[in-house]
Amino acid sequence: MKQGSTPHADQEQIALICAHYQNDPHRMLDILRDVQDKFRCISRGTMQTVADKTGLTQVAVEGVASFYAFLSLEPKGRVTIRLCDDIVDRFAGLAAVTEAFEHTLGVTVGQTAVDGAFSLEYTPCIGMCDQAPAAMINDVVVTNLTTEKVHKIATALKEGKSPQDLISDRFDELSARQRATRMVKNNIKHAGAVLLGPVPDDAGLKQALEQTPVQIIDQIEASGLRGCGGAGFTTGLKWRFAAQADNNRRFIICNADEGEPGTFKDRVLLTERPHLLIEGMTIAARAVGAREGILYLRGEYVYLRELLEEILAERRAKGLLGQNIMDAAGFDFDIRLQIGAGAYICGEEGALISSCEGLPGEPKTRPPFPVTSGYLGFPTIVNNVETFCHAARILDRGAEWFFDMGTAGSHGTKLFSVSGDCINPGVYELPYGLSVRELLEMAGGEDAAAVLVGGPSGTMIARDTFDRKLTFDDLATGGAIVIFSAQRNILEIVEYYMSFFVHESCGYCTPCRVGNVFLQKAVAKFRAGLANPADISYLSDLSATIIETSRCGLGMTSPNPILSTLENFPLVYSAMVKPPQDRLRATFDIQSAISDARVLAKRRSSIYDKDFSK
Amino acid sequence: MSFTFQIDGEDVTAKEGQTIMDAADDAGIYIPRLCDHVGLRHQGGCRVCTVKVDGRSVAACTQPAAPDLTVENETPHINKLRRDLVGMLFNEGNHLCPICEASGNCELQAMAYRLGMTEPTRFPYLEPCRPLDASHPDIALDNNRCISCGRCVRASQDVDGKGVFGYVGRGIHRHIAANGVDLADTDAAVTDFAISAEVCPVGCIIRKREGFARPIGERDYDKHLIGHDIEKKHDD
Repeated sequence: MKQGSTPHADQEQIALICAHYQNDPHRMLDILRDVQDKFRCISRGTMQTVADKTGLTQVAVEGVASFYAFLSLEPKGRVTIRLCDDIVDRFAGLAAVTEAFEHTLGVTVGQTAVDGAFSLEYTPCIGMCDQAPAAMINDVVVTNLTTEKVHKIATALKEGKSPQDLISDRFDELSARQRATRMVKNNIKHAGAVLLGPVPDDAGLKQALEQTPVQIIDQIEASGLRGCGGAGFTTGLKWRFAAQADNNRRFIICNADEGEPGTFKDRVLLTERPHLLIEGMTIAARAVGAREGILYLRGEYVYLRELLEEILAERRAKGLLGQNIMDAAGFDFDIRLQIGAGAYICGEEGALISSCEGLPGEPKTRPPFPVTSGYLGFPTIVNNVETFCHAARILDRGAEWFFDMGTAGSHGTKLFSVSGDCINPGVYELPYGLSVRELLEMAGGEDAAAVLVGGPSGTMIARDTFDRKLTFDDLATGGAIVIFSAQRNILEIVEYYMSFFVHESCGYCTPCRVGNVFLQKAVAKFRAGLANPADISYLSDLSATIIETSRCGLGMTSPNPILSTLENFPLVYSAMVKPPQDRLRATFDIQSAISDARVLAKRRSSIYDKDFSK
Repeated sequence: MSFTFQIDGEDVTAKEGQTIMDAADDAGIYIPRLCDHVGLRHQGGCRVCTVKVDGRSVAACTQPAAPDLTVENETPHINKLRRDLVGMLFNEGNHLCPICEASGNCELQAMAYRLGMTEPTRFPYLEPCRPLDASHPDIALDNNRCISCGRCVRASQDVDGKGVFGYVGRGIHRHIAANGVDLADTDAAVTDFAISAEVCPVGCIIRKREGFARPIGERDYDKHLIGHDIEKKHDD
């Protein structure tokens, strides 16, 4: 094999990074993140060095490096600005913000400045829809951007200030919590009884220590708690399966990779209730007999890394993590933080485990399910941030207390991330069972024409169905509520979300990889006025194939923006189609069809170009 | 321990640990597939082997067989799904059968014929422009014809013990890459199982100087449909 051209000194640095992770190929994502931070690029030579150290092939390393959006095979700027390109940001003035950055920095979006100072790029939802437009500047988050604010930021950066200086002149003196909350507002608009109201320290964990593992699981099951990430699997059952799996090593993984466009409630819990989250994970460890845990934090939330590391260290110092937790002999449990690197798919349970294992974030074949064979093949519980927090509260207050809130089948409270066209965007903790209309009234979004419940993989509903209920049985949701006023173009929204899914499909299976591209192109045809009546059935027909044949939840839900708008906003589609006419289809665009031929032939068409003679 | 379940109303015997496809193969029932190949790990990526188990879609190549399952395989609905998937694979790449040396031996082409695809689908052509790799003295790669089945990846890794190929990229940009700058930069050899005619189902991996060796009429799928070798067992 040919040697890469990496300088010797760099190779030593890379070797040190690998050694820091014990040359463990399962820590590939950490290794490559560190390499990216240090060299701003993962070159072929680098990949070869990493491969040699970790015992992998170079192409296996490249497979990881090329999968994650925050890792780059091309050199990035010393400062990388990632503008959140969510539809909410677009409607909040992203175009002007982009132009302001481009103008002030002298670099166009998608490019790196020649001097290597800046990279400017778009990234999908970074979980700041309640304070859009927002951007990441290296590991710093800036929100509520305006052209004036951008001008100030970009000028400061050009003058050589660090991204941290943008937050405070005394950034070094701030605590980790202060840093996080200076960057990003929590926007808690309604605190409920379970999570965002007053929460006593480790009361649930104390209760758990009084109980047997089976009693803990019984309580969680009796509470009716279901997974809060979107899928809604019964939490107690998941824990029971993992506890029953025949193995003496088990893992607890927290899914803090909330990537659904429009969701940001876990961001608030991670900032405001980090102890409760770790407490919940510790209780889960007690219940199933796990000694190791992983908190998988989405790369977009890297600004919370310091805070979470501090919380983990504090809990270790207090004897709430580590060996003999709370002096209970043999109760050992510790957690490592795993930072993602820009991949929505990693919110899928199997993909998240793959990512923790240092692999590309591809979902795993099911069965086996993670509860029997998860992380590195060991029984693994993967729960959402909110689910673990609920579990800790249930242990403190009892299953009945939780069960009595909400509705039949949907017990307790739920955090809703509300954003878009409303007066009070933010997080609302509410018991299950409210109608969309009630939530809109609370958020000052009564003028909504459309509400997207559960993000793009959920359901887009219209005014006539705002009385539908936010429950697992009616509108099941991980909590993202995006409000659109009558000024918004439904097809623009749909096209955006389809391009999001195209960007985020892992590519493992055919229908999701290819089918979503076809769907996106078909929606673009509608927007361009080039669709014919048969294209409406084509959309639903192709969607059905993708849903029925996809390998994981991403592909099984990616056509939802189309299907739910076809159902609830049929006129936006039928208004855009043109019936076929005599000879040519009205929707056949001869000009674009012959444009390539014009270039190749180096002349214009004698039939279709009126100015042919010129 | 063996048990029975049903495929399209027919009783099939399976052994513990077999997938639905393994058991079907043994019983002489062909379930269409492209990314799966005898002797290689199951991947479940192409989804052409989608079947319905008690009404739910699963990939037959990865779904464990279990007692008393009711599996639907050859139904009009499932074959429609399969035609869509095969259509996606055609339009995702550049598959020009008349000039391709794999024509007649190509599993993608043969699958299209088996499923009754005789005219263009409604899908748009993505017409990618993927570079050729002719660097190796004995082997060429035309990625324009690749359907991302990954059979070469698994064959090289698991059978040859080399790891010549791997997947890189994500989503529609995910593709097979050589373990190096190009194929000549790897330890690939034309004698590798991964390079053999049976591994690449299409005309992506090309062994130089042997193209169009078999005349029309004597190619793999000139006389029989794909799956014939398995279905033959059923009739015997």
